[in-house]
Amino acid sequence: MELKKQKNRTKRKFEINGYTIEDRFRGLDRETKIEMLRKMFQIRHFELQTEQFIIRGMIHGTCHLYIGEEASAVGTIYATKKDDYITSNHRGHGHCIAKGADLNLMMAELLGKSTGYCRGRGGSMHIADVGSGNLGANGIVGGSMGIATGAGLTARMKNNKKIVICFFGDGAANEGIFHESINMASVWQLPVIYLCENNIYGMSTPMQEAFNIKRISDRKISYGIDGLTIDGNNLVEVYNTVSHFQRECRRGRGPVLIEALTYRWKGHSKSDAQVYRSKEEVSEWMKRDPIKIYSGELIERKIITRKEIEDIENRARDDIKKAADFAKSSPFPDPETIEEDVYA
Amino acid sequence: MENKRQITYLEAIREAMQQMMRKDENIYLIGEDIAEYGGAFGVTAGMVDEFGKERIRNTPISEAALIGIASGSAMTGMRPIAEIMFSDFMTIAMDQIANQAAKARYMFGGKASVPMVIRTPGGGGTGAAGQHSQSLEALVAHIPGLKVVMPSCPYDAKGLLVSAINDDNPVIFIEHKLLYKNKRYVQYVPEEVYGISLGKGDIKRKGKNLTIAATSFMVQKSLEAAEEIKNEKGIDCEIIDIRTLRPLDLDIILTSLEKTGKLMCVEEAPVFGGFMGEVAAQVAEYGFDLLDSPILRVAGRNCPVPYSLVLENEMIPGVERIKEGIVDLFEKI
Ligand SMILES: Cc1ncc(C[n+]2csc(CCOP(=O)(O)OP(=O)(O)O)c2C)c(N)n1
Ligand SMILES: [Mg+2]
Repeated sequence: MELKKQKNRTKRKFEINGYTIEDRFRGLDRETKIEMLRKMFQIRHFELQTEQFIIRGMIHGTCHLYIGEEASAVGTIYATKKDDYITSNHRGHGHCIAKGADLNLMMAELLGKSTGYCRGRGGSMHIADVGSGNLGANGIVGGSMGIATGAGLTARMKNNKKIVICFFGDGAANEGIFHESINMASVWQLPVIYLCENNIYGMSTPMQEAFNIKRISDRKISYGIDGLTIDGNNLVEVYNTVSHFQRECRRGRGPVLIEALTYRWKGHSKSDAQVYRSKEEVSEWMKRDPIKIYSGELIERKIITRKEIEDIENRARDDIKKAADFAKSSPFPDPETIEEDVYA
Repeated sequence: MENKRQITYLEAIREAMQQMMRKDENIYLIGEDIAEYGGAFGVTAGMVDEFGKERIRNTPISEAALIGIASGSAMTGMRPIAEIMFSDFMTIAMDQIANQAAKARYMFGGKASVPMVIRTPGGGGTGAAGQHSQSLEALVAHIPGLKVVMPSCPYDAKGLLVSAINDDNPVIFIEHKLLYKNKRYVQYVPEEVYGISLGKGDIKRKGKNLTIAATSFMVQKSLEAAEEIKNEKGIDCEIIDIRTLRPLDLDIILTSLEKTGKLMCVEEAPVFGGFMGEVAAQVAEYGFDLLDSPILRVAGRNCPVPYSLVLENEMIPGVERIKEGIVDLFEKI
């Protein structure tokens, strides 16, 4: 990672890709800072539990684990407002948890239970909670980019001061809808943050095989929008960057393309022998654990002690255990309900 | 027979591609994660070692462009085999499939051809829910200019794929995920290259009381149901594997109906607007006199494919529903 970043403590500002970004994280209250760590741990343990369910054959479909990318979801969502919209992708558990989803209902959905978010009809790739602004995970790569842009259009037409975060991967950036959506959002100056989680692979395809540019954010030029590349494993950097641009966005200054560099620790999905990458590469990235980086930051800033961090992790582990118990003890859907919600 | 080699559906498909690629260097593969990764289901596993990355060509996640590129290269002398990772994603490439590839020969006054195969797995049963489990064959079979093939077993898969590759027109070759590696459906498949004519159905089980026309995995389910119903009720079903949806072999169905007088159609797709509606319509138009009872369709429920196993099993026809259909139809005399 060769980010050009100079931290200037006294001025409380960052320089990233030529943008001057304030350290708004610093001004946050202690609770919120700790809450973000708790969310990261919840995501981590949710995914570890999910992996266990996969191994034990309790998950009927497939799952895409978010382990290693937690800072991106949490930093982004905490920098926006509760009633802002998000759209997510196939690797969506982290976005969903960061957005405040109920862990019990998520876990129940993974096990295909009637108590799940989608009553067992969607599974891992389709969890949504439209009422809370979560417009859904998506099984189609790039599939949510139009939806996100549409939510941006609503925000503009209703002038409701909301913004939209559109999470997608590096792979999705090569679908036609990426181009069509961002271009329109720019022409119409829609309040959408296109947040590209670049984990350098789309399934097995490394970035250099799918792009002839080094940075996806360079595409900003062709749309006439702002854009930059940040360290997606550094929660503080993600938080500050998104804080900065969500203000711009909310003021009607149009969309922005943020590329957050990160890495998925696990295979692409349920079955992946990972022939396309080396163990060394994985372990290099694991040294840059977003949770460790953030915990270190909190300790360094004297916000929290190691002991407190342990407690937070233990509580997150308990939350997940409860969710797993809830899911396991919930009933399967009644087959009689299969055609409910079918209107045509 | 026993000592002849038995291979899976997936192996049969791979072998057809390997053998054809050795014979004709204009044939190449294009698709997402098909090289080192071997494709989402492993169909092309190992092929990159023999043919290299020029001919086993990974693309970015860009279905529209990859089908467009395959079509354009086909129009200019290559013979691409494109893979769409899940048949659901054909919708993203639909302009290139329906408006471009399918139209070229006719609209250009017969002076162009698009010798391209699009291989793609369809169907559910894997818990992949609404966007990864659909059976969209009717969507493509509706379009003049596309041939549509759905093999139900390893022997047919190889022979039909060889013919599809040899065909000078676009062929949509829809495979079934549940057939790929299932040892239950292994079969003797000759090592040499052979073709099975597109446009020919196949009788997979001879019988005299009732005709079942089925596609893809539903052929296997119907075979199972037929054995059970024979033992339980003595009803003897004849099973016709449609194999090529377009062009459709109507004769094989009419000939069977001369004997049985009863038609049941089995498909996985939702019944509304499904391909079997076309089969039923043609039989009603051209074979009405052969029928001694109404045509019955056993098909998917009219909803997206749900995730939870209990719901998915309710949506997709299984052996029990096929058996109920058989009894229903038989007792309607
Ligand atoms: C339209 C479409 N094409 C292909 C796929 C299969 N697929 C699922 S995830 C994926 C890789 C996506 O890569 P990226 O967007 O970088 O997200 P990541 O998995 O790395 O988080 C692919 C090819 C799909 N679901 N939808
Ligand atoms: Mg990626």
